[in-house]
Amino acid sequence: MNWDLLLVQALNGLQYGVLLFLLAAGLTLVLGIMNFVNLAHASLYMLGAYFGAAVFAKTGSFVIAGAAAVLGTLAVGLIVERTTLFAFYARDHLDQVLATFGLILFFNELVRVIWGPQSVYMRAPEGFTGTVDLLGAVYPSYRFLVIVAGLVVALALYLLIHHTRVGMLIRAGASNARMVSVLGVNVRLLNTLLFGLGAALAGLAGLMAAPILAVQPGMGDNTLIVVLVVIVIGGIGSIRGAFFGALIVGVVDTVGRIYLPLALRQVAERTIADAAGPALASMLIFLFMAVVLAFRPQGLFPARR
Amino acid sequence: MTWFPEAISLRSPRVIAVAIFLLGLALLPVVANALGEPFYITLAARILIFALAASGLNLVLGYGGLVSFGHALYIGLGAYVVGILSFHGVTSGWLHLAITVALCGLVAWITGLICLRTSGIAFIMITLAFAQMFYFLGVSLKQYGGDDGLQITSRSDFLPLSIQNNTGLYYLSLALLFIALYLSWRFVHARFGRVLRGAKSNARRMRVLGFPLLRYQVAAYAISGSICGVAGLLLANLTKFASPAYMFWTVSGDLIVMVMLGGIATVLGPLVGATVYVILETILAGYTQHWMLVLGPIIVLIALLAKRGLYGFFVR
Amino acid sequence: MTEAILRTHGLTKRFGGLVATDQLDFEVLRGEVHAVIGPNGAGKTTLLNQLVGELPSDTGEVEFDGRDITRLPSYRRALLGLSRSYQITSILPEFTALENVALAAQAHDGHSFGCWRPAILEERLTRPAREALKEVGLLPKEGTLAAQLAHGERRQLEIAMALVSQPKLLLLDEPMAGMGRGESESMVKLLGSLKGRYTMLLVEHDMDVVFALADRITVLVYGRPIASGSPETIRTSPDVKKAYLGDRYAAH
Repeated sequence: MNWDLLLVQALNGLQYGVLLFLLAAGLTLVLGIMNFVNLAHASLYMLGAYFGAAVFAKTGSFVIAGAAAVLGTLAVGLIVERTTLFAFYARDHLDQVLATFGLILFFNELVRVIWGPQSVYMRAPEGFTGTVDLLGAVYPSYRFLVIVAGLVVALALYLLIHHTRVGMLIRAGASNARMVSVLGVNVRLLNTLLFGLGAALAGLAGLMAAPILAVQPGMGDNTLIVVLVVIVIGGIGSIRGAFFGALIVGVVDTVGRIYLPLALRQVAERTIADAAGPALASMLIFLFMAVVLAFRPQGLFPARR
Repeated sequence: MTWFPEAISLRSPRVIAVAIFLLGLALLPVVANALGEPFYITLAARILIFALAASGLNLVLGYGGLVSFGHALYIGLGAYVVGILSFHGVTSGWLHLAITVALCGLVAWITGLICLRTSGIAFIMITLAFAQMFYFLGVSLKQYGGDDGLQITSRSDFLPLSIQNNTGLYYLSLALLFIALYLSWRFVHARFGRVLRGAKSNARRMRVLGFPLLRYQVAAYAISGSICGVAGLLLANLTKFASPAYMFWTVSGDLIVMVMLGGIATVLGPLVGATVYVILETILAGYTQHWMLVLGPIIVLIALLAKRGLYGFFVR
Repeated sequence: MTEAILRTHGLTKRFGGLVATDQLDFEVLRGEVHAVIGPNGAGKTTLLNQLVGELPSDTGEVEFDGRDITRLPSYRRALLGLSRSYQITSILPEFTALENVALAAQAHDGHSFGCWRPAILEERLTRPAREALKEVGLLPKEGTLAAQLAHGERRQLEIAMALVSQPKLLLLDEPMAGMGRGESESMVKLLGSLKGRYTMLLVEHDMDVVFALADRITVLVYGRPIASGSPETIRTSPDVKKAYLGDRYAAH
């Protein structure tokens, strides 16, 4: 058992999980509090990556690129929300699903038109192109930065949700949305705030992912589905659930992809293992979701009612 | 025995329009061949195949109120049944059909049991997740083409019929679609259909009345999976190709658009929706390679405005 | 002594810090009309929800017709003969009145996997449905969509749906709620005609109706029964007067 490899893969899983968390946190609140299915979250993530990559290419400054990604996505998110999505707040989920589906198709094509169908690459920022030494393993310093940054954001979110007035309203909304409006809170403002927060987090996730993944049209689609799995496992409307769900899914998926085929080879004949291994590995998180659903349909850390 | 499950006047304009439309579909290959434009047969066959899939989805989505965003999964399964069996030398179309119906029904039954432990937003997300899971499964099946898909050397053998040419395949698709539409029509007016529609209307009340909803919803889910599987079988035969792309989540989205566009909870809505959507796609793609820029917003508008869908509007 | 068709032992339901049903021991005797009254928020609807199985209880048991139904899901309780109408009308708006009641009958008529025969042609469903509609006075409107019925007619439809299966116990949640003058009179007459033929647990605020119909009354305050007995007993109880009735109904 190669411990260094395991450690590196676990860290990769953590890094993936942190990105998933940034996306899941915003989306789970929108799902849980506004009861709004927003598939277009995938597009915000993608736009964050594109904005970040484009601005970084122009300016060479990661910080400016970061600001562009977050603010740009926030702007697009709020514009889309005010012009299109608001019309669907009172509609049933079917209409919301369809509308946000249309938006994804639109944005995927839009980035194809603006930046072309080829993947866009973004370098890691200055100072983070090397590696760090972690517990004996050698790990890319940029990925380590992503982990740290993600955990910092998670901490900031935790403080926001549990130690501010706004956060209290959000938590109240997560357990009983109607009650919050009855109490006289400006729900419209709260919703817009919530949506904006989610958009900013998605943009940040896109920016951070850009140097690691290929920035291409449709990059958010598959990630979105994994984020949905995270939210289901964690519990809709629950930030805690999003956090732990994301880390679990991130690690299980990353480590599983490497080790499941290897483990299978120990127990099954080579050709079967080679065929079934990658297949099962790619299905792993979905199977995990199915198991969680079988025993706890409300998720592992449901938003308390 | 009554042939029509509901009272319809054979002279009403709606019935006459529908009859003309169906007759037109039946005569299309004849006309297309006479005009020397066989492309239209292929296009129309695509419409029929997606109409069949959309009809399957309509049973649970339109009538049952279960927003499944993962029905493309069954299209893919049906296609792969044909692909994999042909790959191994089993070419009997009847066998393909039987296995498709059974396998898709079984997978839908199991998936349904798991997904129906939730409702609302969670249900939508989970159906999407499962479909994607099968997409990845398809991609990872390297021996069957993986990401590139699987070529099918010759079409299924439906002795005594032959679908080796497009006209034959078209008529088989038409026959299967008509059968599915007729059975759906009977279904929605029968006891089973009533329970499903009641569950959509007021599930809580239905339970308190004494209906164990889960078994009916899962059974309906299984039936709808089988129907989509048959559509997949036909699609694989049309294109002579089985691919994970058939299961990609955007295809599930397309199916939902077709159902909504045509009219939720109408028997013919999916056919109307599929016709309009496929033709729209074809025309737009002819104009510009960036046709999604137009189709995306159109879908948003459909979601916003399609109260009862095109055919649904016609019916009331 | 008539035996109880329904009994609860120590039934409790808490919502966070709020105790909606508090160690409730309660019973309904066969053939009687048992009214449950109490101030708003006393836990009356919660009790009905627990009895019917829509709300799981924290502790306690429910016994119906000699069977422990505490863990049974709603649909099984319905099939055992427990039927309910709702305070906020809960019908199927897209179906006609006849279809609503026929569907209620269908639940008790074996399985519903029939895929072929149009349900509207099934006499075994439409006959009892029409009888129930006739009983509540809604037969002329059998073909009207439930969404298009007037409020009072919808309340009648609720009752028809609850009746059609010949239930062993009828749970009525504020049948008089939101009724106008004329509608109220019809409803009171209807309830009166049901008395004696059906065992009823009636939750109501309309005291005239309660005192006219009930064989026994239980007064629920904060989820606990503070008094239970004949209408006379309740009228003269000082606890009840203090907690709920005020001077109007108390005997002087």
